[in-house]
Amino acid sequence: MMAKYCELFYTFFKIGTFTVGGGYAMIPLMEREVVERHGWLTREEFLDQVALSQAMPGVFAVNMAAVVGHKLRGVGGSVASIAGNIAMPIVFILLLAVAFSHFRDNKVVEGFFLGVRPAVVALIAAPVFTLAKAAKVTWSNCWTPVAAAVLIWLLGVSPVVIVLVAGMAGFVYGKIKKH
Amino acid sequence: MIFLELFITFLKIGIFTFGGGYSMIALIQDEVVARHGWMTSQEFTDILAVSQMTPGPIGINTATYAGYTAVANAGLPAWQAVAGSLIASLAVVLLPVVLILAVNRVLSRHKDSPAVATMFRCLRVAVVGLIAAAALTLMTADSFGHFGMNLRFVASVVLFGVVFALTIKRKVSPVVLILASGAVGILLYTLFPQA
Repeated sequence: MMAKYCELFYTFFKIGTFTVGGGYAMIPLMEREVVERHGWLTREEFLDQVALSQAMPGVFAVNMAAVVGHKLRGVGGSVASIAGNIAMPIVFILLLAVAFSHFRDNKVVEGFFLGVRPAVVALIAAPVFTLAKAAKVTWSNCWTPVAAAVLIWLLGVSPVVIVLVAGMAGFVYGKIKKH
Repeated sequence: MIFLELFITFLKIGIFTFGGGYSMIALIQDEVVARHGWMTSQEFTDILAVSQMTPGPIGINTATYAGYTAVANAGLPAWQAVAGSLIASLAVVLLPVVLILAVNRVLSRHKDSPAVATMFRCLRVAVVGLIAAAALTLMTADSFGHFGMNLRFVASVVLFGVVFALTIKRKVSPVVLILASGAVGILLYTLFPQA
């Protein structure tokens, strides 16, 4: 009984610790562990859950951990998987946060961040274009993301409002189209 | 009470984040920099850099670091800042996890509902704009230096262009790109300290 919780914790601990570059980078390792190694989910179930976790709000990797853990051992299984998934990332960040607060005025650290800041902006700008393809943004609907960006960037509208409006508009449109 | 405020703020960020870590950045930025003023835009950019080069989900990393910084900036001791980071990371995943477990029960019946399908399609399109806004909001003098023919601004624009191209065209890992840009920064700004 206890062994299963430990196994879930340890498996997601590995997945969380050894992937850099965010939740989507975890998909291959997660598939190997959850589908191939442990057989906790079939490949089809895994893909369905990937799609659902992407479509639902929240942190993708944590959503996946919750679903897999829940399937095996209910709520306790979810907690064990999530804890495993985020334990090392949190420890890592805290160690760096404490270290950086001491070295902030160091010339080398300062130079590092001066070089890194424009790179970070580029790293955030890049997925706009790759995701646009995946989200099927075309000439006919590209006004939506453009309007969203301008409303947030120039007019200070909260992203929360954009999400609510887009979700409701899509839902209503789907209802109307059906009838 | 900053801990309660952190908890509520990150609950809100979690439940309204669609489309992964990068769209969460837009929400966290809006809340912790613009609305609450817990940190400067420059501090937030540095947090993003660290969050992308350490292991784990970017949303968790950013929430952890932002929670820590918000409390530390309020002048509270380090252990309370650690508590702040834990509160932020737990709050950010709490509602989505409850929701996805509930939805998994219900959805098998409504999977093919066209209303649900178009809702998600619409959200995915809007999220592209959300991420664009996060990038645009960070294009400031804090990140790039002051506009003009000076070393820092020119170097920043070149770094931006190279990192952007390598990400799109060659799918180079963000960790490699951040470490390389950092190395360029160290070299450049120790050789030309006045820049």
